Amino acid sequence: MELILLMAVLMLGGGAAWLTEAWDEALPRRVAMGTLAVAAVLTYMLWQGSDQSIALGTGTSDWRLLISHEWIPRFGISFLFGLDGISLIMVSLTIILGVVAVVSSWHEIEKATGFFHFNLLWTLAGVVGVFTALDLFLFFFFWEVMLIPMYLLIAIWGHEARSYASMKFFLFTQISGLLMLVSIVALVFVNHEVTGVWTFSYFDLVETVLPPDIAYWLMLGFFIAFVVKLPGFPFHTWLPDAHTQAPTAASVLLAGILLKTGGYGLIRFTLPLFPEASQQIAPLAMALGAAGILYGAVLAFAQVDFKRLVAYSSVSHMGFVLIGVYAWNELALQGAMMQMIAHGFSTAALFMIAGALQHRLHTRDMMAMGGLWRDMPRMGAIAMFFIIASLGVPGLGNFVGEFLVLAGVFRVEITIAVIATIGLVAGAAYALIAMQRVFQGPRPDNAAAVADFGVLEVGVLFLMMVALTGIGIYPQPLLDVLEPVLASIYQLSNTDVAWIGRLP
Amino acid sequence: MTAAQMFALLPIITLTVGILVLLMVIAFSRSLAATAIVSMLSLALTAAAFVVIAPAAMTDGGVVVTPLLVVDGFAVLLGLLLTLASIAVAGLSWDYLSTRGDLQEEFLLLLLLAALGAIILASSAHVASFMLGLEMLGVSLYGMIAYPMKGVLSLEAALKYLILSGVSSAFILFGAALMYADSGSMDFRSISALTSADSLSLMASGGSALFLAGIAFKLSLVPFHMWTPDVYEGAPAPVTGFLATVSKTAVFAVLVRAFLPEEGTAGGATFWGLWCIAIGSMLVGNLLALMQKNVKRLLGYSSIAQLGYLLVAFLAGSAVGGSELAVEASLYFLFAYVPTTLAAFGVVAIMSRDAGEQDTDQIEAYRGLFWRRPFLAFVLTAAMLSLAGIPLTGGFLGKFYVVASGVQAELWWLVGALVVGSGMGVFYYLRIIFAMTQDADGARAVPVPFASGMLVGLLTIALVVLGVYPMPMIDLIAQVIASVTWV
Repeated sequence: MELILLMAVLMLGGGAAWLTEAWDEALPRRVAMGTLAVAAVLTYMLWQGSDQSIALGTGTSDWRLLISHEWIPRFGISFLFGLDGISLIMVSLTIILGVVAVVSSWHEIEKATGFFHFNLLWTLAGVVGVFTALDLFLFFFFWEVMLIPMYLLIAIWGHEARSYASMKFFLFTQISGLLMLVSIVALVFVNHEVTGVWTFSYFDLVETVLPPDIAYWLMLGFFIAFVVKLPGFPFHTWLPDAHTQAPTAASVLLAGILLKTGGYGLIRFTLPLFPEASQQIAPLAMALGAAGILYGAVLAFAQVDFKRLVAYSSVSHMGFVLIGVYAWNELALQGAMMQMIAHGFSTAALFMIAGALQHRLHTRDMMAMGGLWRDMPRMGAIAMFFIIASLGVPGLGNFVGEFLVLAGVFRVEITIAVIATIGLVAGAAYALIAMQRVFQGPRPDNAAAVADFGVLEVGVLFLMMVALTGIGIYPQPLLDVLEPVLASIYQLSNTDVAWIGRLP
Repeated sequence: MTAAQMFALLPIITLTVGILVLLMVIAFSRSLAATAIVSMLSLALTAAAFVVIAPAAMTDGGVVVTPLLVVDGFAVLLGLLLTLASIAVAGLSWDYLSTRGDLQEEFLLLLLLAALGAIILASSAHVASFMLGLEMLGVSLYGMIAYPMKGVLSLEAALKYLILSGVSSAFILFGAALMYADSGSMDFRSISALTSADSLSLMASGGSALFLAGIAFKLSLVPFHMWTPDVYEGAPAPVTGFLATVSKTAVFAVLVRAFLPEEGTAGGATFWGLWCIAIGSMLVGNLLALMQKNVKRLLGYSSIAQLGYLLVAFLAGSAVGGSELAVEASLYFLFAYVPTTLAAFGVVAIMSRDAGEQDTDQIEAYRGLFWRRPFLAFVLTAAMLSLAGIPLTGGFLGKFYVVASGVQAELWWLVGALVVGSGMGVFYYLRIIFAMTQDADGARAVPVPFASGMLVGLLTIALVVLGVYPMPMIDLIAQVIASVTWV
């Protein structure tokens, strides 16, 4: 029940934010904040429940919450929501980053604040749906629904090239999404042919036995949709444009949670639904992941636009998720999840800083910055922390994710692990050069004084610092939540791993 | 003629009486409001008549009224859709005409006649009644296209439609004659049996090709689509809406009745002909829409593509066990497509109320609509998203249905073309939404008249309900399919 309430609160809060604009331009911000506070309480209540076990495949799986209600019985489509460890963590991340997004746009958005916060909250509602839907039709439904408000956020409040960027973002996700829809429908028809039952339920479809060649094609539909979203090389080209042009809040959401829906989809759906076919594509997926790590890092190094740099660093970091998912062992899978969580915090914070810089300096060009630490010591120090985190220094969250992924990958494919490690070194280079160009060195002549971060921003960023440090120093509680879920998924998808050592 | 048969004709009789009453009203007092209200009322009564005869029509496979007409569940369901769509067009025309000078009343008369033609098409079972309905619809449309506006564009559109429509009717007639020469029958059952056969005689294949070419012209399918953008652009917005929805739905009903492939006949000449037409429509329609700067032309090209999607569902009927899903998918798609398209043209009509000789149809003119008229912008956005097949709208479920039937029939090339076409579609639908969200200086906010505003609002509600709560509609369609004998 709390889950449905959570989505309802986000949607209604969005509507309320839109309506209150008529009274006062500033009111929607407060309404959105209030909505997120309620949502946070509901999320906290979700954590309190206890797990129930149900049979899944040959084993069992633990669910904190399962809601099922008929929707379109003609095709066996239902409102099937489930909440397990992964979902719970991703939903919590969504709500936290929602707060960050509202705070980061507090001073930035002047135009149509009501509609802005409406879109923001509806994006969050859509993402919560994606992370909890277990009916494949419902999942696709939310997958597409979260696009529209995000598109509007970029198209209305974006920067100079918003037309191009928002269109590219929508087209990439939409076309790959359609491929996934075709796969979903085909999977359901195959299942119907065998069992005579119409169902889109994850629990039923997991049991479908597919002929290998069909399975491979169907898996490709899911794989492409998720890898585009992740984004994996070479489908990443929408990301730098969308991130650069989006308003800060949209960048935060995009990097923090929307990218994670891709990784989540791979783990939740692609692996368990198509274990053999996923194994077949694993070498290719890992090669793409490794290529993404290096390519993203090299391109990030070459950027002069601060937001673009962070965007390319995301491509690099998401490469770790891809190799982690397809390394085919629990260690790497845990690493991929940790990487997604930590990257959500660190990149959201970096985008918040980038947005704040643009708001103050009216440029994203790092060549026009420099020496900003003197004017903005608080922002400088915070940026230092998150840049250090993002380059993977031990003791902070990102290190845990990257280390687990590398440890898992090393077992199966040393070449990939070595390439990924080289990517880490390059990561240090671009991260530090960004720090140097923006906050250190000489201040350009005749630069006007700029205001430092206020209490609100510092407060939110401080919480994220605490979170990253917490994950970095003591990740065990999170791993404990993830472990049973990943074990069950791993067990579902575990067949003889025959491809190891046969990398193309 | 028995009483049961007369009863089955109740909607047609109601509408005919309505037309006569309307004639009298116009003769005694020239008032646009009175004319519009009477025509909407008689259409509403017709809709009620459809509801009344529904139980009779849905038992024993329907009522056969002479060899010409069959009033079955299919005819009633589509007749209801056509009538409701005509009510919407009548309401939109009322506001649209009220700013365009005197002597506009006869326009509504033509509208009712066209609606009657469309209803006859939906229940026709024979080439004779088909031609009757088609010409009634077509001849009224020539008048409607040129009526309200005295500009060159609308005249060109009417003339173009007149000539090409006449030629395509000739094609249909000649095709029917050839098929008659081969089979000795002109009712749709025998045509269906004839074209589903494995090997067709030269006469039959030539006849069915000509017949289908004529129908493809009316549905503006590639390569018979050339007239579409010009006529869409030149016709007044409500008429364009009528042309895009009522006229196409009615002709599609005939296509389903006469050419629904028998199961297991995929691979015949008719199948491959329609296969090529479907792929061409999806790709060419979307491709040509990409760079349009005119909303009406854009919607014209998009309608070519939409009908291409519909054809995918139709062709899925040739798979073994596929015809039920094919008809179900086609019907759902139509029920989503009609309110969506009408909502879009409704917004164009409202925007063009005081535009003079040419409608407000440049995308540029819609810039900033989100901030000037949020309501209109919301309606148009919902319509665009529905056409693009994004969830929360009926268009999404329509597209889902099409994909489902295509996948079931394993028509992978058609499904692939649908994915590619939809991808292109998103591009131009989003361009309109994007333009509406951007700032515009000095643009004037048009007033939203009551009737039109309400109608587009209702249409929007309908398309959202079809997207989130589809079960009642699906059940209704399932009942109808269960009641007809030929699926």
